[in-house]
Amino acid sequence: MSALTPVLSAHWDEKDSFTIEAYTRHGGYTASQKALAMDPDAVIQLVKDSGLRGRGGAGFPTGMKWGFIPQGDNKDHYLVVNADESEPGTCKDMPLLMANPHVLVEGCIIAAHAIRAKHAFIYIRGEVTHIIRRLNQAIEDAYKAGHLGNGVDLVLHVGAGAYICGEETALLDSLEGFRGQPRLRPPFPAIAGLYARPTVVNNVESIASVPAIINNGAEWYQSMGTEKSKGATLYSLSGHVNNPGQFEAPLGITLRQILELSGGIRTGHSLKFWTPGGSSTPIFTDEHLDTPLDYEGVAAAGSMLGTKALQIFDETTCVVRAVLRWTEFYKHESCGKCTPCREGTWWLVQLLRDLEAGKGTEEDLAKLLDLCDNILGRSFCALGDGATSPITSSIKYFREEYIAHITNKGCPFDPVASTLFVGAGV
Amino acid sequence: METTEIVDLITVVIDGFEVSVPKGTLVIRAAEQLGIQIPRFCDHPLLDPVGACRQCLVDIEINGRAFPKPQASCTIPVEPGMIVKTQLTSTVADKAQKGVMELLLINHPLDCPVCDKGGECPLQNQAMSTGRSETRFEGVKRTFEKPINISSQVLLDRERCVLCARCTRFSEQIANDPFITLNERGALQQVGIYEKQPFKSYFSGNTVQICPVGALTGASYRFRARPFDLVSTPSACEHCASGCDMRTDVRRGKTLRRLAGDDASVNEEWNCDKGRWAFKYVTAVDRLTHPLVRNEAGVLVQASWPEAIAAAAKGLKSNTSAVLVGGRATHEDAYGYSKFARIALGTNDIDFRSRLSSDEEREFLAARVVSSTTTYRDIDRADHVVLVGFEPEEESPIVFLRLNKQVRKRALKVTAIASKLSIGVEKLKAEFVKVAPGQEAAALSSQALTAQSIILVGERACESAGVLTAVAALADSTGAKIGWIPRRAGERGALEAGAIGNLLPGGRPVTDAPARVDIAAFWGVPTLPAAVGRSSDEIYAAVNSGSIGALIIGGVDPLDSINSAAALDALDKAFVVSLEIAPSEVSARANVVLPVAAITEKSGSFLNWEGRARSFDAAVHDSLNRSDLRILSMIAEEMGAELNLGTVTAAAKEIASLGAWDGARASMKPVNPTVASTLSGNQFILNSWRRLLDLGTLQKGEENLAGTARQTVAVISPHRAQAMGVADGDLLKLSTTHGSVTLAALVEDIHDDAIWAPRNSRGSQLLVNLGAGHGAVVTVVKL
Repeated sequence: MSALTPVLSAHWDEKDSFTIEAYTRHGGYTASQKALAMDPDAVIQLVKDSGLRGRGGAGFPTGMKWGFIPQGDNKDHYLVVNADESEPGTCKDMPLLMANPHVLVEGCIIAAHAIRAKHAFIYIRGEVTHIIRRLNQAIEDAYKAGHLGNGVDLVLHVGAGAYICGEETALLDSLEGFRGQPRLRPPFPAIAGLYARPTVVNNVESIASVPAIINNGAEWYQSMGTEKSKGATLYSLSGHVNNPGQFEAPLGITLRQILELSGGIRTGHSLKFWTPGGSSTPIFTDEHLDTPLDYEGVAAAGSMLGTKALQIFDETTCVVRAVLRWTEFYKHESCGKCTPCREGTWWLVQLLRDLEAGKGTEEDLAKLLDLCDNILGRSFCALGDGATSPITSSIKYFREEYIAHITNKGCPFDPVASTLFVGAGV
Repeated sequence: METTEIVDLITVVIDGFEVSVPKGTLVIRAAEQLGIQIPRFCDHPLLDPVGACRQCLVDIEINGRAFPKPQASCTIPVEPGMIVKTQLTSTVADKAQKGVMELLLINHPLDCPVCDKGGECPLQNQAMSTGRSETRFEGVKRTFEKPINISSQVLLDRERCVLCARCTRFSEQIANDPFITLNERGALQQVGIYEKQPFKSYFSGNTVQICPVGALTGASYRFRARPFDLVSTPSACEHCASGCDMRTDVRRGKTLRRLAGDDASVNEEWNCDKGRWAFKYVTAVDRLTHPLVRNEAGVLVQASWPEAIAAAAKGLKSNTSAVLVGGRATHEDAYGYSKFARIALGTNDIDFRSRLSSDEEREFLAARVVSSTTTYRDIDRADHVVLVGFEPEEESPIVFLRLNKQVRKRALKVTAIASKLSIGVEKLKAEFVKVAPGQEAAALSSQALTAQSIILVGERACESAGVLTAVAALADSTGAKIGWIPRRAGERGALEAGAIGNLLPGGRPVTDAPARVDIAAFWGVPTLPAAVGRSSDEIYAAVNSGSIGALIIGGVDPLDSINSAAALDALDKAFVVSLEIAPSEVSARANVVLPVAAITEKSGSFLNWEGRARSFDAAVHDSLNRSDLRILSMIAEEMGAELNLGTVTAAAKEIASLGAWDGARASMKPVNPTVASTLSGNQFILNSWRRLLDLGTLQKGEENLAGTARQTVAVISPHRAQAMGVADGDLLKLSTTHGSVTLAALVEDIHDDAIWAPRNSRGSQLLVNLGAGHGAVVTVVKL
């Protein structure tokens, strides 16, 4: 297992890993003490030097984002942590918070100090009750231990379960008590974010990565990863694999390596397609097993690293069916603000349903692609773009399979074959 | 006093053409300057950009760097070095727009043939310019129950809605009534109201007007007409002194709807619901259509015009006569009454103030208001606005919108001197200076104002002695400007026309001999009466004491007087010539009744509170009714006096050539405030004003409009409520020696000495019920 670099996940296998005792036992809350003794600008510089990039999907340099906050403006600043992890396939922040909530709490203390914020908020999706409890306990324990409340206050805000609230400005609206819909930018959150004050919005994993960087230094972090994608990260392996789970490895590892480490594709089956970063990222096939999974490598191959949610589908899966399920998700989660996403997803689902049921035509396929072209880059935020990714990429790689649905007048696959219970005698 | 503002111009290239526009201009509007129309739905020049509909996508590059995808031109301000390619020159922008249009229509019911908006619908028009001739959508459309009421006036068809958020943004940003919002998500997103707060906004009709599809329709217009069957006439609003530009749409001689006109310096593109939806009074079945003359048996019978004119002239000539003209006359009509009083009747006994008034007010109007030039623009630039005797939202809604705009845009400081904290004042985030009714003057003197400040004085200021004196003193000591804002549309015009006892037309003081000579020469008469005329109340009293024998009255409701019994007695006693559009308390007691044209049937102008002329043409042309002016000319001629005002045009010309008075202004005698009354246990001082939507005669027959009127309540302070054991909803009986009224209590922020009730709402007509308006001591008992 030498290719793995467990930092965030180093102690997840300990029974009490989520407690403040365990966290402290492993050197927890020393980074925050160190950072609080530093000049805020020095903290920002250190994070800049480490090369840490946003782990929420876009990969924006975290230190640079902090540096955008105007200093000495006599305004309140806010730190907001985006824990609204809702992308189909993405499952890194929730296990992280389940196993080690304190690393996020400590990261918040450091980041708030760096951007000169007195208040930090964690916006978490409402469905994950057990994690909310753990995080609440962690915050309470951190207050008791005096880590919080001495300059930084941390509030956990529970969302109501809307995918769009993972979009940072919609998240801010929701956090302010409004209905979550993306805001017009500019102004960007760094200038007018939460309550119209300068705000940094960071992903859970980005903030959680900070304590280790403070303790071990920028050079240590730089020593991992590739030229432009530094450090280690959580890869979430799911789907038709023998051992799904979190694999913390340096950026630039390939799927082939991860599969080798993890025990490979479901026994007796072969890889058909996969997502590199959740359902919004264009799918890959077995051609891409050796694509380096860093920001540049994945982009060069025509997709996005996204949230490193490696959803694996083997040859038993109907790609049309999988894409339809994703599209139904986007239709359900479209916030309704802009026309292309709201109306487009409504239409996409109907076209895909017909195609999957064998009621489509080749013209429908052309229509589907044209429709995607009218949504991609035309909608208000990235939700609409994301909705088209699985469709266009799947038609690119599996056009024949779509055609087969048309000529067969139905799906050529047995849906049971792709399930876990197949052969289990159910 | 307009100063040229220096603006930075930015030059951009749009479709190959250069255009220079002020910094901050949005691309979509820069394109308009070139005549390039980019299709749009959510964009509205007076609302904050939202970028929701995505219909206005264009390709943009700045200094050689192109945006990777088309941008919403309604959200992006121009920048130096910007090159824009619209649908006319970019295939990408063209396809993007066509794609969005196709998507907008997939869930649209396409029920244009039965939709009110069909024929004037931006969706319909832009579907023609930017859409496909045949749909590619073969799926299932989203359906909703249609339509649903979001108020008694506004209906919502959710299937037609394109979710542009214009209505919700208007309500939040312009009207400050955030009672509608977008609910649900995805294709099920819809406009909705709150469960516990209905869409009770005085400005809700604007949402219907700016809806770019047929989603919001007005209950009273729905299914009444197709736009192409309507004849539109630019008009002006007769409901208040705000001075809204309007459009009146008529079908077969009947007004079917009125819309807000577009005048950036006055109402921008808005109006209030009363202006929009209260017009049926004109077509009410009880309109007077023929002259009536009281016969020897004392019965009013139909007469011919010459007969009626002769009877009127005879009665007026054989008596000492006076003129009462209501505050709703046009500038030209008021001028006619003014000239008629002086030339035909030889008197200055004329008063347009058919309401509560005072001598202090009359002097204030002559000394401070006539020819004054405070405008909306001054509000835009003011550093501080003080409101006294004035509730802008209820009494001049467009002034409210303008204040609200400045409060929202630049946190304009507003101070309200009043007894009760009103909804409107709360919305303006105003500093509320709480005084007992009658004690407003003292609070004025402590206001720190500058020459950039404005004191907005309502007509109710005259109801507390000394307030107008204090206003004048404050203006003198600080240089602040005064804006006097009456409720009725015609009052400022009537003031300028000299329809008041102390002024001749153009602000010439009656007591000023050169001024009288000026006007006499202009009118071609040897002399004009020199004695200052009597006020409305004095005229009624003079009739009752026998010194006046005849009255000529146009558009006056005697029940608007503080002593309506005396007014009615006077009408019974005097020889009355009544010029009216409908039977009234006056016409019932008149000796001669002459039907006149309603506002939509004649041309003319109002002067709004700024003194700005708001002229209009007749919207309905086939009316047989004549304007007041024409009738006055006929009576004068019969009496042997030459008015020479046969037409509105003639009057307007005469007014224009008269010019302003360049002599000394009249001065005003200071008046001391009354000493605060000492109140015993259950005594209160009455505070009241008229609400925008109430029992006003011009709102007759408008049931949908009345549905959004505010509740009739008596407002009492928490302290007094506790002392009396009163809770919200308890019945309170308010009484004076005159009478009583029983109202539901509402415990709110009001001066402990005061109790507030609406002056003319259902169940609360204080002038009639209590014989009191403001400042009177009333006894309050919990029932």
